[in-house]
Amino acid sequence: MKERAFSDRSYEEFLKEEKLMGSRCKRCGALYVPPRALCTKCFNTEMEWEEMKGKGRLIAFTCISVAPPSMMKQGYNRNNPYCSGVVELEEGAKVDARIEGVDVKDPENIKIGTEMKVKFIHITDGKEEETYLAFEPV
Amino acid sequence: MKRKGKLARGVAVVGAGMSRFGMFKDKNSKDLFLEAFREMIESVDKGMDVNDIDALYLGNFTNDFFVHQAHWGPIISDLIGLSPRPATRTEGACASSALAFREGVFAIASGMYDVVLVGGLEEMSKKTTEEVAEGLALATIPYEGKVGFTFPGVFGAIATAYFERYGANREHLMNVTIKSHNNAPLNPKAQFPYTIKDIMNMKKERAKKKGLDVPRWEDEKDFLRDPKANPVVAWPMHLYDCCPISDGAACMLLVAEDIAKNFTDDPIYVAGIGQGSGRGLHACDDLTSFEATKYAAKEAYSMSGLSPKDIQFAEVHDCFSIAEIIHMEDLGFFPPGQGYKAVEEGLTRLDGSIPINTSGGLKCKGHPVGATGIAQLYEVWVQLRGKAGKRQIPNPDLRVGAAHNLGGTGGTCTFTILERR
Repeated sequence: MKERAFSDRSYEEFLKEEKLMGSRCKRCGALYVPPRALCTKCFNTEMEWEEMKGKGRLIAFTCISVAPPSMMKQGYNRNNPYCSGVVELEEGAKVDARIEGVDVKDPENIKIGTEMKVKFIHITDGKEEETYLAFEPV
Repeated sequence: MKRKGKLARGVAVVGAGMSRFGMFKDKNSKDLFLEAFREMIESVDKGMDVNDIDALYLGNFTNDFFVHQAHWGPIISDLIGLSPRPATRTEGACASSALAFREGVFAIASGMYDVVLVGGLEEMSKKTTEEVAEGLALATIPYEGKVGFTFPGVFGAIATAYFERYGANREHLMNVTIKSHNNAPLNPKAQFPYTIKDIMNMKKERAKKKGLDVPRWEDEKDFLRDPKANPVVAWPMHLYDCCPISDGAACMLLVAEDIAKNFTDDPIYVAGIGQGSGRGLHACDDLTSFEATKYAAKEAYSMSGLSPKDIQFAEVHDCFSIAEIIHMEDLGFFPPGQGYKAVEEGLTRLDGSIPINTSGGLKCKGHPVGATGIAQLYEVWVQLRGKAGKRQIPNPDLRVGAAHNLGGTGGTCTFTILERR
């Protein structure tokens, strides 16, 4: 794996390559997803990349009807809500993610604790390609 | 260095003013600040001279975005004739003016100044709802915005985690909304001075006038359950779980404790102030609590020597219904997981054992974000001085009240305890 800075930019690049990457502190072993270049537990700067297995469980979610402009551009609105949530990975770190494969019009039946697996959403907006981190039920 | 965590010199509030909150086509930020400033001057019992003000600290979140004008410190200092004395703007998202209050207290406690004006303002209604949402989302954590989280979305997600952990549900959130709306008509400055029953009746009247089917809601909860009356914003947050878009301003006069009696025989003293910072959803250990609030509370309780049981009433940052419940727990008023039960039992009503958001809260009073921190303290000041009119807390021995202000998705939180001696 080529040397990459432990930065938001590298995290996004990895997402485009369909890899969910975190950084692990070489001294105290703390794991950060997205990566940090500075360990905020022991303040060490020696980090190493670690790829997440992409499995976890849903610990919080919301189904959003009033969408911000960026999501409206993707076709979401009052009649077409979307789900965002927090997933706790098997490795222990938590990530914010889009949640796919759930019935957003019936949020009462989306269950906290549902086993999830990673999915990468690639969107082309004109010439810029962006990748969003998403999870869906196993 | 034994003094750490204490003020080197005491500070008192001797005057306070607040504009009406609402959506005003015909008023800008300067008009609103002047409205608050005039009331503040009149509120100083023994009178004051504007020339005695040494400095201004002014909270504003993002008028830069809302009205395309930044650098509000000197604009306001010129407006009220303080220039060339120093004017400093503070920014902590929706907690911007609580930070102005704090900086004002420190400026006096340090010995640098004796008399400081602290205030806040925000002018949001000139933008569309979508634009306001975009402006507020400037204060989310970048990773949250990226995956589509809005402000109501973040608090919606927090609510699902709270529901799962403590067995609460939407009906419990409705109790918060109904309680706040019961206080609102008693506050002449509130943006929505109506109870939920008032709103139900207004909607029925409107339907009758238009010759439409008149809705038949059995009670307030029946109304709040109706998706037409109370549409979803970010499940489980519905319209009546969310604070409105508002314009408004507020200010307070802070003076050194030793000269307070020159201004009034009834000063209100700063007993404790605290501030904390927090991380995003993905980085916090517990989704049902705000670490920044807990840190701020610890600082303020420690400075004051008071504990949660000493707080007789409080304004807490109810940007969303679930937030009010969680803050009351983080501040120690109720144990974790018990806040929603306390609301259900009526303990937080105006006549309850610990009245919360007697002003109607952000939900009904309005939430011009940069003005909110000082506006909350305005309510505490008015209550402690026994001048809250119809919404005066029915306790003849009201001595200690507090305000909790939250910015962003918990990135900046403050807790301020005021005391009547």
